[in-house]
Amino acid sequence: MAASSRAQVLALYRAMLRESKRFSAYNYRTYAVRRIRDAFRENKNVKDPVEIQTLVNKAKRDLGVIRRQVAEQGTAARRKSGNSSRSLGKPCTSWP
Amino acid sequence: MGRDRCSWQPWLASDAHPNGHECAKGAATLHHGFPNAAHQDHRPRPSPETGKGAEERPGCHAHGATHHEAHLDTVEAAWLGLSVGTHGHRHLRGIGKCGPRRLYVSHGKRRGGRSRPDESLPERRAALPGAWGPGLQRLRKVGSASGTMLLRAAWRRAAVAVTAAPGPKPAAPTRGLRLRVGDHAPQSAVPADTAAAPEAGPVLRPLYMDVQATTPLDPRVLDAMLPYLINYYGNPHSRTHAYGWESEAAMERARQQVASLIGADPREIIFTSGATESNNIAIKGVARFYRSRKKHLITTQTEHKCVLDSCRSLEAEGFQVTYLPVQKSGIIDLKELEAAIQPDTSLVSVMTVNNEIGVKQPIAEIGRICSSRKVYFHTDAAQAVGKIPLDVNDMKIDLMSISGHKIYGPKGVGAIYIRRRPRVRVEALQSGGGQERGMRSGTVPTPLVVGLGAACEVAQQEMEYDHKRISKLSERLIQNIMKSLPDVVMNGDPKHHYPGCINLSFAYVEGESLLMALKDVALSSGSACTSASLEPSYVLRAIGTDEDLAHSSIRFGIGRFTTEEEVDYTVEKCIQHVKRLREMSPLWEMVQDGIDLKSIKWTQH
Repeated sequence: MAASSRAQVLALYRAMLRESKRFSAYNYRTYAVRRIRDAFRENKNVKDPVEIQTLVNKAKRDLGVIRRQVAEQGTAARRKSGNSSRSLGKPCTSWP
Repeated sequence: MGRDRCSWQPWLASDAHPNGHECAKGAATLHHGFPNAAHQDHRPRPSPETGKGAEERPGCHAHGATHHEAHLDTVEAAWLGLSVGTHGHRHLRGIGKCGPRRLYVSHGKRRGGRSRPDESLPERRAALPGAWGPGLQRLRKVGSASGTMLLRAAWRRAAVAVTAAPGPKPAAPTRGLRLRVGDHAPQSAVPADTAAAPEAGPVLRPLYMDVQATTPLDPRVLDAMLPYLINYYGNPHSRTHAYGWESEAAMERARQQVASLIGADPREIIFTSGATESNNIAIKGVARFYRSRKKHLITTQTEHKCVLDSCRSLEAEGFQVTYLPVQKSGIIDLKELEAAIQPDTSLVSVMTVNNEIGVKQPIAEIGRICSSRKVYFHTDAAQAVGKIPLDVNDMKIDLMSISGHKIYGPKGVGAIYIRRRPRVRVEALQSGGGQERGMRSGTVPTPLVVGLGAACEVAQQEMEYDHKRISKLSERLIQNIMKSLPDVVMNGDPKHHYPGCINLSFAYVEGESLLMALKDVALSSGSACTSASLEPSYVLRAIGTDEDLAHSSIRFGIGRFTTEEEVDYTVEKCIQHVKRLREMSPLWEMVQDGIDLKSIKWTQH
């Protein structure tokens, strides 16, 4: 694969922001959006292709983390409210 | 209506059942049209009517909902003013004043047989508005038929609102600040107002501004922990199979991550159950090992309770401990420290960043002094690790305590750094299979230490960004409060200060009352460990704060996830409530009139 092009980086940025907005917790959501914006902005003048690739790989890994966590926290939140009618007194993780 | 309507219409036949359903006609069920079986049937059944909202409340069953709801509607509307007990619901009497909409909430619990967590009932009771009386009043004012309709409409509105699907979308700006939860948790700080049904669906939670007490898990940390909670569950000390090997590999990787954050060697990191255990190991372990030759320890008056308590227990064993006083700024006097070191001093323990006032001690200088006098130096760095740069070699630290849940890691894990060159010998407190180099026996909790390692790695990457941001937010908070309110004192040295921990004393306002007024914000006045007692914090006393200012101190914590809007909201509410409380304060009036409070002679009554 060729070195990451501008278009790929932008697509990654967009994907990460879109995914981050789906966090159900206010604090995580705002942190993720803010951090992604600041990180991409901070690195926008990097020229070295190796370094760019490293950063892109890290961003891809973080995108995976966000995707997994959004899904986890979504099910956990649903688990808590859906439990109520069939509750057997299970302690639920209470997701913010 | 879609419900079984009770055929008993008391407002038309007012003499029918003056005291409810205990009538000679027999079974209480028959005369209001429900089949006997249904009434007596207390088996929990999922109700098909989700619109009730009753089924959202755990512990309810269908019998309760239809039975009570239809029944009580009519009772209320008839202005019979029947109390809970008189018309056959004595089992609910203990619930106290419940609005009709809420009666069925407790039903399941009272009936026993349902397994409900015990804490649900008191919480719900606390959340109940006690609207029975007012509810009735409201109905009395309205006409009978329209009364029931009003009641049912309001109730249906409430039910619909509660069952609204919890969505991830933020609500209107100010409401959205109080975090959204996908549940109806009544243990939120905001009691639900049932008469005016909640506008948006899920109950909102307070803003979290208490990061010195604990921090939320960073999503990256949780992501690292999950595989070890689900699939890779082996014991890291099992040497014979792949489960053990992979757990051990994860544990060693975590050790490396923790070590690289503080500039140590991985062999010098021992995992413990938290900073308290680490402090105990450091202080008691070192003191006891060198017991034969060295009998003296030095610590400060502003240390964490666990350090002070360990020292106290060592005093009972025959050691001598010097508790160094701190200056008004919260920082110790290095000359006093030098003077206090005796030939038989084994350990000096000074915390890096204080958890109550955020003061940074001059660790590098203390390290230098201690190493020149050949005394071991321990620092409780629970609040400092991952937030300010620390290097155990540059700062000549021999022992360091690390806490997982202060750096966005999991609770229940921590670490202690014990220097190997020159070797610091520590007597183990926990005996067992010799894990962790014999210093802390016991299975190492792989998921937790993986979380700790991940938290340390994330902290290392984010330290600069977080520090800049937190400093900016901290400046903003302090400036905005100080410029709008007079007589606010910041406790602790403003220069040698970690910006994320701000302790402010608001004169002429009582701290607890301000905390209760700021009920939308999770704050604390002093450390969580001492918050149970009513005494002002010993740390504030040690820095010489006046008694009255010590009582009115609040600690604001700003962390990685705190937003600017949260800070602004907190500032605004704080200013508003302090002004309001000061308006009510007679001391404030006297001060406004120019009276010097210190010159007043208070008489005894």
